[in-house]
Amino acid sequence: MKKEHKHENTKKFGMVIDLDKCTGCGACMVACMAENNVPFKKDESDKLDSITWICVYKLTNGKSFPDTEICYLPRPCMHCSGIGEHGHSPCVSVCPATATDYDHTTGIVSQIYTRCFGCRYCMAACPYHARYFNWWDPVWPEGMEKSLNPDVSPRMRGVVEKCSFCFHRYQAAMDKAYTEGRRELEEDEYQTACTQACPAGAITFGDLDNPDHKVYELKKSPNAFRLLERLKTNPKVYYLSSRDWVRKAGDNYLEAESKVKKKIV
Amino acid sequence: MDSALIPKGVKRCSLGLFTLGIAVAGAVLLWGVYAMLLCWIKGLNQTNMNDYYGFALWIWADLAVIALGGGAFFTGFLRYVIGKDELKNIINYAVIIGFICYSSALLILAIDVGQPLRSWFIFWHANVHSMLTEVAFCLSCYFVVLIIEFIPLILENRQLDKVPFFHNLSHNMHEVMAIFAATGAFLSFFHQGSMGGIAGVLYGRPFGSREGLLVWPWTFFLFTWSAAACGPCFTILVTWITEKITKKKLVKDNVIRLLAKISGWMLATYIIAKIIDTWYWATVTAPSMGFTLMDFYSNNAFYGIWILVLEIFVCGVIPALILITKTGRNNSKLLMTAVILAVIGVCINRWVMVLQMMAMPVLTFENWVLYLPSWQEVATTILPVAYGVIVLALSYRYLPVFPQEKELNPID
Repeated sequence: MKKEHKHENTKKFGMVIDLDKCTGCGACMVACMAENNVPFKKDESDKLDSITWICVYKLTNGKSFPDTEICYLPRPCMHCSGIGEHGHSPCVSVCPATATDYDHTTGIVSQIYTRCFGCRYCMAACPYHARYFNWWDPVWPEGMEKSLNPDVSPRMRGVVEKCSFCFHRYQAAMDKAYTEGRRELEEDEYQTACTQACPAGAITFGDLDNPDHKVYELKKSPNAFRLLERLKTNPKVYYLSSRDWVRKAGDNYLEAESKVKKKIV
Repeated sequence: MDSALIPKGVKRCSLGLFTLGIAVAGAVLLWGVYAMLLCWIKGLNQTNMNDYYGFALWIWADLAVIALGGGAFFTGFLRYVIGKDELKNIINYAVIIGFICYSSALLILAIDVGQPLRSWFIFWHANVHSMLTEVAFCLSCYFVVLIIEFIPLILENRQLDKVPFFHNLSHNMHEVMAIFAATGAFLSFFHQGSMGGIAGVLYGRPFGSREGLLVWPWTFFLFTWSAAACGPCFTILVTWITEKITKKKLVKDNVIRLLAKISGWMLATYIIAKIIDTWYWATVTAPSMGFTLMDFYSNNAFYGIWILVLEIFVCGVIPALILITKTGRNNSKLLMTAVILAVIGVCINRWVMVLQMMAMPVLTFENWVLYLPSWQEVATTILPVAYGVIVLALSYRYLPVFPQEKELNPID
């Protein structure tokens, strides 16, 4: 993690999610589960042990009718860069077996399922609850195993998993580019499943450092914010909202800083 | 029937009564083993842990037993390195208690991980930035030291001692024990500290996160300090319980009082440091993250401000004051009250640094999540207690654990 990675091909993939556009339909969650072979239980009523790499939260402004407002907030892994962009993400720095790593060439936080031995320290470290433990072995309904994505390995019981920004799509796109003699990808060659599935076009994905990518400008919007910026986790997922209370819900503030408390429904 | 194995000059209960006691503890042990096998065979879905409570009862138990087992390294340090000779009368028991605590911690860790067969990855693919890596290395090394410290005592069994090789080995190991005691103290400083560092480095978790010195958060030093302070209290407590069960005086009061005095001063200085740390955290660290102290303590009754008062004042300041005063130490009831409070205090500290940290939400739109362990978690946490009782009982019956026992309990 201490190595300097400053060659010119370095990317910083990230997301900008426009909360004013998100309708909370959950298509991103469904697409993510199908794309990444995310296992599910027969009874999914207990959400505390459900695996949802991207999870849509419902926020309210806490006011009663007719002033009630709601906002849907999709939360994938934030792929934090950590303090000073060193790649010391909260989770990466604590994993004792180097089973999760920060890729300086893409800015993506990886998870090596076959190396993870299930200590769950990374889960304790992540303030976003973006990491999930496989409490059970995956069991697919009869016939469904035939429709699993062959590019993504299913995870076994006892290991942690999380959003990978559909890294297998990046690998496939890079393979294709290499065979065509290219070293760079066009913006639309690598897109995550949730981005493509969002019917409202609320999710934009790309290289945050590339001026040719849409996210480059979007993240500079005065309405842009990130979750828990004060903790210095340095996430690569940005949110847009024209509503003040939504932007304030992104972080904790003291009373003097006009803290606005929200409630999850 | 087993009289040939019992040390000379001391009296033990009948084998029948002893077997009955072992059978009771053994039944509890088997219950724990059954739960342990369920966790290994069926997986961690046997627990009530979830994705919000990735760390739960077991990690608390780990942290607590290692703190309580700190009596071994600190008493060893005082006896062999500092030269407090009186402590030779309690060092054997401290080592056995430490051995039980550390072996229990390793067992709990083996149950706690999702893929136990891959546990060796922590050594093979070690991430030097992780506090848990340091814990794994130092804990394993120190456990080896504890085995080395325990072996000479086992070899002093009446029958084993008759074998010249064992007799000489035991004698020679005693001669070099200072080296192992010093090594143990060095290793313990790091792994006790790393245990504290586990929570302290979590900069995404405002409840646990602390600033510190270089790569070590303040919790690193506080955990080592509190283990050195409260570990000996646990040794005193277990010795007292043993004396009550055996109905014998096993260690002279001056030995207990010396250990209690040192423990008291360690506790007093620790609790001052803990108060300063809490104050700084409440007024500087947490507000910089957008939290007030009461944000951590006002959501529910279970994690109310009472838990902080109980940990720091009732189980910290009060026992420290008792133990550092001669009057307090000389009054056996006060002494034992202080010892029990100190033991509870360190356990509460480990509890909040694991469980309360997990319970508290960080995202503004999430809520507190409370957790109740499953019976499998409870059984596997009680398992080490039953195991400890059996090891202590066997050691007391067949090994010359307490050098002052003969003198204090002459047989007519």
